[in-house]
Amino acid sequence: MRPFAFARADSVERALECRRGEPTGAFVAGGTTLLDLVKLDVMRPARVIDINALPLKDVERLHDDRLRIGALVTNTDLAYHPDVLADHPLLSQAILAGASSQVRNMATVGGNLMQRTRCPYFRDPTAACNKREPGSGCDALTGVNRMHAVLGGSDRCVAVHPSDMCVALAAIGATLSLQGPNGEREVDVADFHRLPGATPHLEHELGDELIVAVTLAPPLKPLGAAYVKLRDRASYEFALASAGAMLSLDEDLIGEQRLPLGGVATKPWRCHAAEALLAGKRADTAAFEEAADLALADAAPLAHNAFKIPLARQAIVRALRDAARAHREDDT
Amino acid sequence: MLETHDHSPEATVPVRLTLNGAPVTVEVAPNAILLDVLRERLGLTGTKKGCDHGQCGACTVHVDGRAMNACLRLAVMCEGQAITTIEGLAEGDRLHPVQQAFLDHDAFQCGYCSPGQIMSAVALLEDPRVAGDVCTVREAMSGNLCRCGAYQNILAAIQDARLRLHGQEGDEA
Repeated sequence: MRPFAFARADSVERALECRRGEPTGAFVAGGTTLLDLVKLDVMRPARVIDINALPLKDVERLHDDRLRIGALVTNTDLAYHPDVLADHPLLSQAILAGASSQVRNMATVGGNLMQRTRCPYFRDPTAACNKREPGSGCDALTGVNRMHAVLGGSDRCVAVHPSDMCVALAAIGATLSLQGPNGEREVDVADFHRLPGATPHLEHELGDELIVAVTLAPPLKPLGAAYVKLRDRASYEFALASAGAMLSLDEDLIGEQRLPLGGVATKPWRCHAAEALLAGKRADTAAFEEAADLALADAAPLAHNAFKIPLARQAIVRALRDAARAHREDDT
Repeated sequence: MLETHDHSPEATVPVRLTLNGAPVTVEVAPNAILLDVLRERLGLTGTKKGCDHGQCGACTVHVDGRAMNACLRLAVMCEGQAITTIEGLAEGDRLHPVQQAFLDHDAFQCGYCSPGQIMSAVALLEDPRVAGDVCTVREAMSGNLCRCGAYQNILAAIQDARLRLHGQEGDEA
């Protein structure tokens, strides 16, 4: 394993200072992505800065009912937090659908936002990958691309965004607090991850900054939520296709609706057109199927992943059906 | 220029741990992985190296009471933390109830994954947020692979250990 310098930061200012002038400097929180990729020689930090001593481990309810989550809150603690279970069930379900108990105990909210793709060509330093090495090409386009994206890809990159948590954040709506040398700024989670386009190595909006908090939008109430994740094995596996659904019903008519997808796109994918179509419709299978077809209308399969389109369609229909059911059960 | 708590790649960093209940200080390189330090520096070879990438769970230890993959953690990140390994579960010659249950239920073949399985099982049985039904236990244990396929007996051992520890039966789900 490649050597690196190490610093332990006791304040956000100190952490930023340790990173200054070190373009390959890496913050470590849980380390589950970073150390995995350092071992594979995919990430090559000259310095690793341990941020675990920073005071970013609280979950706080703000006066306007938003939940401000410190970037170092672990995935486990967030998934089981009473306010998350009560008000943001989709977030809890999505987190618990990801990784293993051990990894969730280590992984943090900030780290989850920063996790890297599982594309095997990205993870192999001998393969061509525009994300890892800009301009080197993309072996996935002509290689084994069963796991790759059918939405949001480009002729440079079709790597899937791996996060379940971020799919839930896309549905709920959240603001990321980014602290840099010149102070703190806020970025909408929907704008944080970038599409690959011609620059797949530029994955997010983070500059010379540290994610310090994620603030969830006020909860939708009443609400039914469901996260459906389809994968090669029933647990501890990344999604082939996942769908998160949040619905509120008035009688049987759909009011609020959110429909993000995971496992099929190059970033956490919100289906705005399908959501608009659902508004005011009766919550039945016909409407859910129509929404699913619209959500996937632009899906572009590669040689080996056309199966993801009907798979995602089923995930959407099931997630919407389960969300509607959860709403009705909650209502009675 | 290096400042306090700032270490070059060649430097060694002192790390103070509470290891299986006893205070230990070990000097490690910044890139030393907890798993390797436990096995090669501290002589605790019960924790196993399987995939070395967080995918198999053979290296599971408790860090401040939480099950974690020792292969994905820098030793320097553990400053001040309490680490429990498989060697720290028994009390003298008396096995931990989960260890005893693994023996009683023949919950292994080759045994290579057993330390990790047992550490995960102990953690989940101590975590009141993890429900006791079989489906939940399977899910909570999914970070530990057993290539021999002793899963049925592992599950039986865990549910039996639950009875021994808490006196409550897991639901048959």
